[in-house]
Amino acid sequence: MNNQALLSVRDMTCTWDGVHGCRDISFDLHPGEVLCVVGESGSGKSTLLQAVSWQARPESGSVWYDTRDRGFVDLASLSSAHLRLLARTDWGFVRQNARDGLRMQVSAGANIAERLMAVGQRHYGDLRRVAGNWLQKMEIDTGRLDDQPAAFSGGMQQRLQIARNLVTHPRMVFMDEPTASLDVSVQARLLDLLRQLVADLKLAAIVVTHDLAVARLLAHRTLVMRGGRVVESGLTDQILDDPQHPYTQLLVSSILQS
Amino acid sequence: MNASTSLIQVRGLGKMFTLHNQGGIRLPVLRDVNFDAGPGDCLVLAGPSGTGKSTLLRCLYGNYLATAGSIRVRDGGEWVELTGAPEQRILRLRRDVIGYVSQFLRVIPRVSTLEVVAEPLRERGVDAAAAREQAAALLARLNVPQRLWGLPPATFSGGEQQRVNIARGFIGGHPVLLLDEPTASLDADNRAVVVALIREAVAAGRCLIGIFHDEAVRDEVATRILPIQPAIPAGALE
Amino acid sequence: MNSAQATVARDDHYNFAYLDESTKRMLRRALLKAVAIPGYQVPFGSREMPLPYGWGTGGIQVTAAIIGQADVLKVIDQGSDDTTNAINIRRFFGRVTGVRTTESTREATIVQTRHRIPETPLREGQIMVYQVPIPEPLRWLEPSETETRTMHALAEYGGMHVKLYEDIAQHGHIATTYDYPVIVNGRYMMRPSPIPKFDNPKLDGNPALMLFGAGREKRVYAVPPYTRVKSLDFEDHPFRVEQWDHCCELCGSDQSYLDEIILDDQGTRRFVCSDTEYCAGRQAAGHTGAAGAEAAA
Repeated sequence: MNNQALLSVRDMTCTWDGVHGCRDISFDLHPGEVLCVVGESGSGKSTLLQAVSWQARPESGSVWYDTRDRGFVDLASLSSAHLRLLARTDWGFVRQNARDGLRMQVSAGANIAERLMAVGQRHYGDLRRVAGNWLQKMEIDTGRLDDQPAAFSGGMQQRLQIARNLVTHPRMVFMDEPTASLDVSVQARLLDLLRQLVADLKLAAIVVTHDLAVARLLAHRTLVMRGGRVVESGLTDQILDDPQHPYTQLLVSSILQS
Repeated sequence: MNASTSLIQVRGLGKMFTLHNQGGIRLPVLRDVNFDAGPGDCLVLAGPSGTGKSTLLRCLYGNYLATAGSIRVRDGGEWVELTGAPEQRILRLRRDVIGYVSQFLRVIPRVSTLEVVAEPLRERGVDAAAAREQAAALLARLNVPQRLWGLPPATFSGGEQQRVNIARGFIGGHPVLLLDEPTASLDADNRAVVVALIREAVAAGRCLIGIFHDEAVRDEVATRILPIQPAIPAGALE
Repeated sequence: MNSAQATVARDDHYNFAYLDESTKRMLRRALLKAVAIPGYQVPFGSREMPLPYGWGTGGIQVTAAIIGQADVLKVIDQGSDDTTNAINIRRFFGRVTGVRTTESTREATIVQTRHRIPETPLREGQIMVYQVPIPEPLRWLEPSETETRTMHALAEYGGMHVKLYEDIAQHGHIATTYDYPVIVNGRYMMRPSPIPKFDNPKLDGNPALMLFGAGREKRVYAVPPYTRVKSLDFEDHPFRVEQWDHCCELCGSDQSYLDEIILDDQGTRRFVCSDTEYCAGRQAAGHTGAAGAEAAA
């Protein structure tokens, strides 16, 4: 086990019916590193993300995480209370559809401040100020702090979801197709924002996507998945410029050249 | 050149491409490349087009995977085998040891020219203000007008983009610097600036390995020439 | 005001207190568990009562489980002994227990209430039974019962503060004025039933035993005597009770919770104590308010 890793996955298999899902997955993720998991529909990439974030229980293999208080632990050994706390403080999970990751019935400010309230912050003025700072960071007008998310555009909702996840300064963020629901012009802006945030906050991230351009822009390393397995892994630029596996070569050659 | 002073040692390097989607044909591009390079070298790769010079540079950067042989790079006091190295190790080498000036600038939207050039310093922990200052100095030297520094390079001319690329490559002070046609789209004045930059780098003890189409530039900067032989002799392919 | 009202005749067709003995036992076990874990919602087998859900079946079942022949029962609704509900519930217990009933807070051993805590301070040995519509304080945030149970188990209460934050953001202050959420014994979050927040401080360290029953939702919970009960708030928006510019126009009290009553079609209004027994008691002791002074003049 690589002890400098933030997350270590070993021989992990997670299926929902014994057949479909992901198999024999092994990789490490280091602090501040972005890993893209690329594949087409049905490749098992979303299941992989669910499994490593312990939202779906793997049926074999292990996932280890370097916690702040207990060192490097097997997630299977943590109590559900501890896991929930971890998910609220040290991890973020950004869903493809922002509506699934937001409380639509409360204001933007409340959405961002919720995690802080969950860990015991009780000063309204401070909470509001922090929420406002995050809106600014996400390039949303701070005058919209009290607006409901339903009044935001899709791109703004996604940025709000990201802010909501980052407010407790997690060290690791999982993202499931963060730009897939957005218009192409909006995607570019969000990707760039993500790129900056990841660098500024030294986030480690696992980003699942079917879009190789997202991998090119965001990720240091990339895993290519097909039929539930990783068929190739390496530095993103190497995967895209010198793909080895037949499937990777097919994927890369399918990118429309601009 | 002896082992204790070289920075790169290449032995028996080969690169074979297998095109699975074209019936699995195999294209050998590099075969049995051997050389050493060290501080104060400006090693120029020579040979006709298509003989794999770019491929060699990309192998040295870890962008292409070598299929045979060994590439060893010195990182501080330690020799690292690049072929088969773990990705994190290669990323560290790229950050601290090996720089790369590619033929084309990869443009990221919304990032200003100054930030693009400052980034390699930021990655090594230099604070933002100092990094931007150094970036500004290099850009000024390369005659990139100051009014462009705050703009993303996407709309720049080919020559302007190439100069941004060069600034980004040189700013990090990497011990090894790989240059792929750095002067291709530049006019005479700017070519001269790049030549000066190369000479200074060499004089400062950096190791440069480059491809230069322009013979005049090549003659001005090269300390050694490495001829690259095609892996398959011309005429042997049908 | 009568302190020893003639009780309705005991109807022998019903078991004492209407419920069968094993049901009462089951309820008492649930109540013991509730007392042992202050603020924690204990499920119980809620029975079909001879009145619909929403009319106090939970409170009635709790009272039925604990009432004994020697008890004295007071029933109030919105602070008053003489509303339809209070009268009906009192009469119900008269028929099924024959127990003495009263309007006097001081004399009662059990006080069943909807929507108010009496102004007269309670003492050790008294039991308050509250009628609760929705026991779950997090239901507005999380519709799933399994999820809210997990949140209570892990004390994940940050979401409740989201509601308070939202109130301040939208209205400038916390807009919840009744059924105001509290933390009991430093551990469980609880809904104190739809009493006005004015009454929340009465829960804190009260010498009486507080029992809460929700019939439709099938939960009981409890606050034992002398237990710490703290209303939720923010450091810079502390919990505050309602205040009036008026005193009770009947008895002159400036300490009690006042109801605003419209007297005529011209919109003439009058502020009077919500707790009718308390108000009558003060009047009997010679206190008067503006209306009383008018009448005397």
